[in-house]
Amino acid sequence: MYYPPVPTVDPLALGPVGILSLFGVLGLVVELLRPKGKNGTIMLISLVGLAASAIALISDFGAGTVRSFGQMELHDHLGSISELILLVVATITVLISEPYLKEKKIAFGEFYPLLLWSTAGAMIMSTSSNLLMIFLGLEVLSISLYVLCGISRSEEKSEESAAKYFLLGAFSSGFLLYGIALIFGATGHFDLLSVTSVWANGSASSHNLLLGGFGLIVVGLCFKTGMIPFHQWTPDVYQGAPTNVTAFMSAAAKVAAFAAFWRLISAFAPSLQYWLAPLSAIAVLTILGGNLLALVQTDVKRILAYSSISHAGYILVDLLAHAKDPSINYVSMEFYLLSYALMTVGAFAVLSLLAARGKEVTKLSDLNGLWKRNPIAAVALVAFMMSLVGLPPFAGFFGKVLIFSDAVKAGLVPLAAVLAVGSVISAAYYLAIAKAAFVDEPNESPVQRPATLGPQTAFVLCMIGVIAISVFISPIQSFFQR
Amino acid sequence: MTGVPLIGYLALSILMFCIGAVGVVIRRNPIVIFMCIELMLNAANLAFLSFARYQPWKPAVGQIPTVNAYDVRGQVMVVFVMAVAAAEVAVGLGILMAIFRLRDRVDVDDLNTLSG
Amino acid sequence: MIVGKTLREEQGMMPKVFGQYVGILAMLLIAVIIGAVMVTGSWLFGPKKVSSYKNAAYECGVEPVGNARERFPIKFYLVGILFILFDIEVIFLWSWISIFKHATPAFQKFTFFEFITYMSTWIISYLYVIRVGAIDWDETVSLDSSKLTHMSPIQESELEPIGVTN
Repeated sequence: MYYPPVPTVDPLALGPVGILSLFGVLGLVVELLRPKGKNGTIMLISLVGLAASAIALISDFGAGTVRSFGQMELHDHLGSISELILLVVATITVLISEPYLKEKKIAFGEFYPLLLWSTAGAMIMSTSSNLLMIFLGLEVLSISLYVLCGISRSEEKSEESAAKYFLLGAFSSGFLLYGIALIFGATGHFDLLSVTSVWANGSASSHNLLLGGFGLIVVGLCFKTGMIPFHQWTPDVYQGAPTNVTAFMSAAAKVAAFAAFWRLISAFAPSLQYWLAPLSAIAVLTILGGNLLALVQTDVKRILAYSSISHAGYILVDLLAHAKDPSINYVSMEFYLLSYALMTVGAFAVLSLLAARGKEVTKLSDLNGLWKRNPIAAVALVAFMMSLVGLPPFAGFFGKVLIFSDAVKAGLVPLAAVLAVGSVISAAYYLAIAKAAFVDEPNESPVQRPATLGPQTAFVLCMIGVIAISVFISPIQSFFQR
Repeated sequence: MTGVPLIGYLALSILMFCIGAVGVVIRRNPIVIFMCIELMLNAANLAFLSFARYQPWKPAVGQIPTVNAYDVRGQVMVVFVMAVAAAEVAVGLGILMAIFRLRDRVDVDDLNTLSG
Repeated sequence: MIVGKTLREEQGMMPKVFGQYVGILAMLLIAVIIGAVMVTGSWLFGPKKVSSYKNAAYECGVEPVGNARERFPIKFYLVGILFILFDIEVIFLWSWISIFKHATPAFQKFTFFEFITYMSTWIISYLYVIRVGAIDWDETVSLDSSKLTHMSPIQESELEPIGVTN
């Protein structure tokens, strides 16, 4: 006879995710009753949900490491910080969405519940060291994103991006899942905690299983974070998806996937000698390839897609530094992710202004004259571009410096050098975007709508954030470290 | 326990996984690609089940050992994977239907509107 | 450990093995009875309208005679999608109920609330499916008109004047 124990429930650990999912369901119920053509109520509900979730999260911030739900949920600091970044990203996305959806004539109020569930999936993924939960969180995140990518049903490019993202995403979760199966075979557990002891005491066959499983999971996560050579979907999906979804996806998927990647790398640090070389190769390829391919693009969303690829490469350098030298903790990665999230979501928020009257074109030349039409947006865009390059007064600079010094400290000087070279290359295309917005004059007067309160607030907040977190870098670091 | 050894099941599972992965790469019809992906997921399911059947129960850190003959966690994982696969099927077919409404033909070679 | 068994012991096991399968046999029997009752019942009491559709060998929207490689209506996918979702819901209930019986009262109480939560999400999603008309055959009749206009490319005349937002 088997007497299952009652799982311990930690309401504070459950809180943020539970509240978000609940408010998502609530939004769906409102959509069921369907107020005539107005999504305002649903938007309000999602904002309230995000705020409540943030309150639940902050009230318990830094409470130490707690495992609940039969060890499935891991409530620790890395997870809490990731959750906080995810909530910020989701809030900004909600702010820019309503006018954008209206302009694009996307009447689906389901957008907001899906966004909340996607965020909840990302939060589940970043707050567990259990591979089952990581897989489930990843799938909740991804499946919602597949739908969100295709939510503009009249546009072929939106549907096409959804199909591409779906096929390649499902393909990559196949790899991830098989990797989990091999690790389960070697350790008898789904928890990453058990990997280290099995590696120390296990036989040669269990070592092989572990390394095989690690490789397959890394392939799956590299797909999700868009590392070269697994990046082919990234530019197409970023370009085709509605801009507000791209904004969310570029930041949220990375934050969640890198939290899981961090836990994976930490667990497998003892077997470093087997995989450091291939992962370094991926990092070099991603940084250089992402930056070089971005140079030849003419579509702003594709440029930003390749830029997000190269940023994933920078973060991978930090992961490798952590693997080599365990004293390097997650602070610089999370700082980088926070600054990256603010800059990239802000940049897409500005781009979402380009949608007008059901149409959207995002060529570089479509930004021309932004300075005259909307000075605040143009200034914000330039700030984001400078920050993405890594120029001093902005957050991107400090993020890169932190990762660079981590890499040097861990003895990965070649990777640090590649990071620096990549940043220099990236200046060319980021400044091209800034130039298009500021200097170049438009050929014909483009149809462009004035910014409404939502997006205006969003990119002003992002701009303030990008500057503020570089001003308050040391309090933020100690807050992350607590 | 007699009969097929663990390695037999694993060999079958790896074979299924490879067939699925190759199928995804070489086939052009999204629905066939999707079936290949399902094959990969089911290969992983077979691996989970065989590992669970052939391995003694190992309690997790701090967990009270119980008297199960074998590990049920692999089986529970399979249940979750089946549910996730069903959700993916639903969303995937929905997306393909949406494409079908727009252009009356679904083939990955036609998915070429997006480019640099 | 079957090696050392005597014939007598093996005979002794027979009724026990049989006993395990009584339930399944009973279920088979009930299934046959239900099937027979339903078929004969509809034959006896059902309306009998004869039309060419009703007389077709296979009356599910596909032409019974013709090219076998014909593509069948994509609407079947929609029904398939919904079927799979509401079909798969049961597997979690199966794993739950298989230990529920043997569990402690505290566990039963706890998991019962989990079960309620789980099922209420399904009920809400079912209501949603009905509301958006996903189970109706023709979307152009059931889907809200504001959503339907976006199935076709947007006409210039439908566009709002510039600058009108929120």
